[in-house]
Amino acid sequence: MKAITATSVKRARRGSLANRLQPAVGPLLLLALWYVAAITGLLNTRLVPAPGPTFVTTWAALVHGTMAHDLTRTLVRVLYAFAIAAGVGVPLGILIGAKDRVYRSVEFLIDFFRSTPSTALFPLFMLMFGLGEESKVGLAAFAAFLIIVFNVAYGVLNARKTRILAARSMGASTLRIFGDVIFLETLPQTFVGLRAGVSIALVVVVVAEMFIGGVDGMGHRIIEDQYSYNLKDMYGSLLVSGVAGYGLNYLFLLIERHFVHWAGR
Amino acid sequence: MSQEALQRSTAPRVGGAPRVEAAHATSTRRGVEVRGLTKQFDDGYIYRDFDLDLRDGEFVSVFGPNGCGKSTLINMISGMAPMDAGSVQFNGKPIAETRLSYVFQNYRDALFPWMRAIGNIQYPLKLLHLDRKSRDRRVESLLAEFDIRIDLHRYPYELSGGQQQTISILRALITDPEILFLDEPFSALDYEMTLFMRERLQHVFMKRRNTMVFVSHDLEEAVQLADRVLLLTRPPTRVAEIVPVDLPWPRDAKTLSNPDFVAIKSHCLDVFSREVARGQ
Repeated sequence: MKAITATSVKRARRGSLANRLQPAVGPLLLLALWYVAAITGLLNTRLVPAPGPTFVTTWAALVHGTMAHDLTRTLVRVLYAFAIAAGVGVPLGILIGAKDRVYRSVEFLIDFFRSTPSTALFPLFMLMFGLGEESKVGLAAFAAFLIIVFNVAYGVLNARKTRILAARSMGASTLRIFGDVIFLETLPQTFVGLRAGVSIALVVVVVAEMFIGGVDGMGHRIIEDQYSYNLKDMYGSLLVSGVAGYGLNYLFLLIERHFVHWAGR
Repeated sequence: MSQEALQRSTAPRVGGAPRVEAAHATSTRRGVEVRGLTKQFDDGYIYRDFDLDLRDGEFVSVFGPNGCGKSTLINMISGMAPMDAGSVQFNGKPIAETRLSYVFQNYRDALFPWMRAIGNIQYPLKLLHLDRKSRDRRVESLLAEFDIRIDLHRYPYELSGGQQQTISILRALITDPEILFLDEPFSALDYEMTLFMRERLQHVFMKRRNTMVFVSHDLEEAVQLADRVLLLTRPPTRVAEIVPVDLPWPRDAKTLSNPDFVAIKSHCLDVFSREVARGQ
């Protein structure tokens, strides 16, 4: 491990430009492959359009068409779902994790629902919340909540006891210990949950837009494109959804790095 | 605790109480009184009907065989760990009403890494609801008192081990505790830093003269710092002997080769070896 790290450090110092371009190699290779496959006829362009026309269509849809609107709708739903999931999941996770006994008694429930594919709950949520926003956001919030609550509770459970003891020896009340110590102590693990949660929220929202009645959103757009055989727009929507997911994850990584500067040090 | 009480307590004490006075303890200055302390673990009693008296304002080192429960003892005395039976009083009042501080062996796990060093030191004052101004003032006077030259606007993980433990000790001192518990505070430091920190701690003791209970696994350190060394037996743990260390303060690296020091240390070692052998 150490040897590898040392080498990569050395590599990083040498030629920073080449180093910075390294992450682009994979995507460029895939693009090249896509392009070559399209022009040589290796891929049926009726099923997989060439990259050039796909990008042109996507750009037009984003700037002049309705794709930006669909993207915004999807992201807003993800945001609502995530806010609910985090707002409930983080405090509840701290409470559950604080008492070993409480955690043990709900551990199975959390694990069970976490293992159940959330998409299997579509019918249930449609029955409960109807075909509107509530069921889409609700289901995504539920899926994200489970991941967040599990990670937070796990983090609290495995928090180093010394800091809690230290705060107690200074006369901190239980409430202060929760706020000043346990919450922050758990923050690195909480962020693991938040990042996983926002990713799953996006997945569930997109799928929900496909199957729970609706008129907008990236999921809705993709399934409509498929019905109407509008494949260039479909691939474009896939790419844009992917970029959105990656962007969300990266955004959380940046927030985490800013707030949890002490992690691993 | 009220703010006035705190301020009163920080008023400089004139010198330290002479040793003789501590021996003739008055009714209110009885020091630490442990009575009937009992603690049972899965494999039997670790303490059974254990009594102990520590004088107010003395520095006591706790030393003993592995597994005799040195840390458990100070955790129970300080009220951080529950005991099965018994009572602990300090100067005639329950330990829960005593202003005490605790320094942990593992400073990495005891400091708050999300706070800068200054925030760590001020945290106990925040718990006492002191406003920012008085917090700053107290930190300033503490730093001046001990001539600390550490950049307090760094985070703990940016400091060396010795600096981190210094911050821990400052955090423990900021409330001007009546009694300070230290659980092997220097065992994670290298020898050079340990020697330096021993001097620094003596400096604190000579200025403050608060009661110090210092757990150590290093006999040299235990003898060097203490007024009295408390030697424990194997469990069920009793007091093997309490050895007085009548050497002048401060005790620097030269003291370590002083014949009196060597004699006391070797006596402690004899008692220790006897107790270790008895358990086998």
